[in-house]
Amino acid sequence: MNEVLIELAGMSVLQNQFLQFPGGDSLTQILSILFYGVFIVFLFYGQRIQMYVMLREVEGSLYKLKYIKDEGRKIAIETIKEIGKPQADPTPRVDRFLEYFTIPPQSMDPAGIVWKLDNILDVRDTRLKDEVKLMAPATDEPQGFNLENTLEAAMALNYIYKVIRHFYLLGKKTLSLYIIMQIQMILPMVMREAEAYASALKAFAYGQPIGDGAGALVAAKLMHGAETRKIQKDCIVGQVPIEGRVAYVIKAEGPGGNVGKPGDAIKTIIEENEGKISTVVMIDAGLKLEGEGVGEVAEGIGAAIGGPGVDQFKIEESTLKYRIPINAVVIKEDIGDAVSPMRKEISDAVDKAIERVKSVILERTKEGDKVVIVGVGNTIGIGQ
Amino acid sequence: MSGNSQSATARVSTFVLMIIFITLALSLTALVLAVNAFSYGNEVVAGYLLLVGFVGVSMSTYVLLQSRRRMARLKIETPPIVTTIECRKCGFKNVREFSRGDYVFKELELCQKCNEKMIITAIYREVKEKEKGFSLR
Repeated sequence: MNEVLIELAGMSVLQNQFLQFPGGDSLTQILSILFYGVFIVFLFYGQRIQMYVMLREVEGSLYKLKYIKDEGRKIAIETIKEIGKPQADPTPRVDRFLEYFTIPPQSMDPAGIVWKLDNILDVRDTRLKDEVKLMAPATDEPQGFNLENTLEAAMALNYIYKVIRHFYLLGKKTLSLYIIMQIQMILPMVMREAEAYASALKAFAYGQPIGDGAGALVAAKLMHGAETRKIQKDCIVGQVPIEGRVAYVIKAEGPGGNVGKPGDAIKTIIEENEGKISTVVMIDAGLKLEGEGVGEVAEGIGAAIGGPGVDQFKIEESTLKYRIPINAVVIKEDIGDAVSPMRKEISDAVDKAIERVKSVILERTKEGDKVVIVGVGNTIGIGQ
Repeated sequence: MSGNSQSATARVSTFVLMIIFITLALSLTALVLAVNAFSYGNEVVAGYLLLVGFVGVSMSTYVLLQSRRRMARLKIETPPIVTTIECRKCGFKNVREFSRGDYVFKELELCQKCNEKMIITAIYREVKEKEKGFSLR
């Protein structure tokens, strides 16, 4: 603000002393008054002008968000009509679905909250699957999963639009600089996320692999050709010999859009082997920092899994019971890459990740040991 | 709803376009009048008309370019997705455009060379990174 005032004052002096416009003194006086007027307006209304500029910026982004949200809804409806062959128009049901909400459990007494959250997420999952089945009765299981993912992306876009609109209208109503400022400040990140969901929509609708599926692709490559069996919940396990060890490779069952419940799957395998597992290696897509390259592979320890935290908790509980070390391998990517169709760099990084997994197994276990390898992530477009 | 949003966007852009073109027309008129005034020897008026004309033309051109850029940004880009098909026996490789129903490890038609079943080994999109001025990496 001060800089603006100083600049204006400087311009006024400059205009008075040097910029003698044709027309003589009267014209110079008019221009001086004009400059003083601008100076006074900025002195008293500078903040308000700044606020209107911010509001205009938010408004522009809101138009874009509305366009993206409507496109998402359109794509979801078109996909349902195309592959679901519904008897009636699915539009009202889709609109109802987009407004669907989930209430998280009360956390005043946090003991046992994980199981409450787990139950709520299970109920939500079942409910969404039932809704999809009603909307699109002709779909098979993988198509149903893909449709569910498409609708969830449309739901996320609808929610983002409504939150931004809420703050925009609230800022306009109250003319509070701070309400407008906070939304304007986070807007670039929100827009990036919305654009990522927008590109995810078509990937989900067509069943294309997404960046988040990097971990699942690693597991798929490891277990391909081996005998597999279903394991709870929505997961699949294959027993594969790797470097003289017995590896239980786990991933969500593809090629439908599905993340499964790796927490339950790992627990089952550990219990089946009475805890005699030398190590658990988890592979997942990891959020990269700006400046890091897409598809870089990094290694560490701990349960590499995102989401609401239920599966991470279960994995940590199961491994703690038998003191099993957990190793993690992540493939770096940003949020946009994670939900949009898989980039070539990520697809190529899968082989590097497999090499890292093998080196972890060689370094941390002995021949004849049993290991669990878990490919975490959405397995859309990835078979096994 | 989708139709409403599109018409709303169109309405806004039509309105903005109308204002831009009116400003542009007035600015060009000011420039013509400036030339006229100059030829009659009225330098003061010519100077002001020239100033108004240039400011008007530059502002309307800027707003026009900005609104066009905004319209261009209002598109969900769908990058081309490719499917790589390989024969595990002879290593014959084929890359084609993704089609609905493709998934990694899906078995496809027989290999042209060795009559073995081919499988999809990768599905991805290629992103061309924008040139950067400098890098701190």
